Amino acid sequence: MKERFSGYELVESIRGGEVSSEELVLELLERIERSDLNCYITVCGDAALEAARRADRAVRENDRKALRKRLLGVPVAVKDCISTKGIQTTCASKILCGYVPPFDATVVRALKDEGAVILGKTNMDEFCMGSTTETSYFGPTRNPHDKSRVPGGSSGGSAAAVAAGETVLALGTDTGGSIRCPAAFCGVVGLKPTYGLVSRYGLIAYANSLEQIGPITQSVLDAALLLDVIAVEDPKDATQVKGVRRSFFEELRTLAASWEKEGVAKLKLRVGVPREFVEGVDTGVEKAFWAAVERLKELGADVGEISFRSMRFALAAYYVIAMSEASSNLARYDGLRYGLRLEKDEDWHTTFSKIRGKGFGEEVKRRIILGTFALSAGYYGRYYLKALKVRTLVRHDFDEAFKRFDVLATPTMPFVAFKLGERIKDPLSLYLADVNTVPINLAGVPSISVPCGLSDGLPVGLQLIGRHFDEATLLKAALAFEMAWKD
Amino acid sequence: MRKEEIEHLSWLARIELTEEEKEKFEKQLGSILEFFSVLDDADVEDVEPTHHVIGITNVFRDDEVEESLPQEAVLRNAPKREDGYFKGPRIL
Repeated sequence: MKERFSGYELVESIRGGEVSSEELVLELLERIERSDLNCYITVCGDAALEAARRADRAVRENDRKALRKRLLGVPVAVKDCISTKGIQTTCASKILCGYVPPFDATVVRALKDEGAVILGKTNMDEFCMGSTTETSYFGPTRNPHDKSRVPGGSSGGSAAAVAAGETVLALGTDTGGSIRCPAAFCGVVGLKPTYGLVSRYGLIAYANSLEQIGPITQSVLDAALLLDVIAVEDPKDATQVKGVRRSFFEELRTLAASWEKEGVAKLKLRVGVPREFVEGVDTGVEKAFWAAVERLKELGADVGEISFRSMRFALAAYYVIAMSEASSNLARYDGLRYGLRLEKDEDWHTTFSKIRGKGFGEEVKRRIILGTFALSAGYYGRYYLKALKVRTLVRHDFDEAFKRFDVLATPTMPFVAFKLGERIKDPLSLYLADVNTVPINLAGVPSISVPCGLSDGLPVGLQLIGRHFDEATLLKAALAFEMAWKD
Repeated sequence: MRKEEIEHLSWLARIELTEEEKEKFEKQLGSILEFFSVLDDADVEDVEPTHHVIGITNVFRDDEVEESLPQEAVLRNAPKREDGYFKGPRIL
């Protein structure tokens, strides 16, 4: 069996009967079993095989309706903060061990409706709080390019699984870079959609004004395909924006086909490079980034520089907002309705305090406590409200930039994947790693990380950023770059 | 951040900390707050705060009764329950 399958080609092969979904799933389950990367928290072998057999049967019986399903028989890994009916969902936290959701997240429902095979739930930083997957209660995931290094985070399990061929497609979530960071570190594609494009119903909330679910894949086309499937309108998410464009794959695929024959057509694209996103980046990463920008120029892009004056404040504002929202969102974990409960009950407050003390990991505690502080009387104006106002400045910088440019380009991460254990002891040094990814979440714009070569033998990511709900232009630019880069 | 402040905040957040954690947090939270103090320099006097990036407000739907989860499905994950209720610790 092939080492790697691209998702959109695989659907065709399954539909045509050339590849059996069951055989593929068996092969992937075996790879997962043999692997020492720790990509998965839960593997759903039996349910996955059953779904795969159902897909194969539909092909044999020429079931017209089933054959139209866009992910028929295609294996997908789902990050463990996304609710899956009947499958344990832990957010990589002790406090949720054994929790089995009685319902599916809207994106999971959408995957099933389109015939996808859910392979399992991937490892992550506890409650998405981290950039290395080391804060997981289930131990860290390792980077497939160098097992002594982190895969990035928080969707590290999803990115490592895609990079190592332990799944075909994966879902991650991105609050401040949690899709793009591991995609960059693992050398795969990761897309954070515009805030409000994908339903968050069933996504276990960390910082709900910032986060989106999105695809982690081997190629831009696969990311578009998976985005099309999950970006359904959903009355259950009141923060979702209705009536915007939600389908991108077909157009992109037609484009890719013609570019394959005739070479990538000249792009009529104005690309802005925000200066502050390149300052302070490691030399090797910077070199790879400018080489990528050169390639965009060769493709016809008109490249210019721009300054983001809010950049000085963005990272601090992001962490204040994320921690504040977390302190409120995570108040629900009390062991009453689900999750960890201690044998002996004491009085009301002490019971909860003990459960939460034992159930949450260190980083989660740190963030809840800081969030509680930022929201407390006397500090609200200095921290939380100030951060919300800085958020407006960041939005303004993006608005200004998009008057001059169609797409912005930056390095995704300021450095390549570092060693396990290297930064985890100093939380602030880890927060600084998110400097280039968090402004995107503050503004709610879409952003994609695509591989752009190596530095010291490790993958570097190019981050492209688009206008609100202009995934079409963003994906087109990413596809052109990807095709030109591979030539 | 002083130890008493950390104890107060962890009580507000209902998270019991070990002595070891308190000591560690004393140092770490202080340096993180120092990092946050860059916000003091932001000139945002006349700037409106952003709550939803696209600016959606007041999303309404019809008040229609829909099917909800059966009681057993809702209670299944509860570590302690009694007669179809979640069982909490005593209040008084």
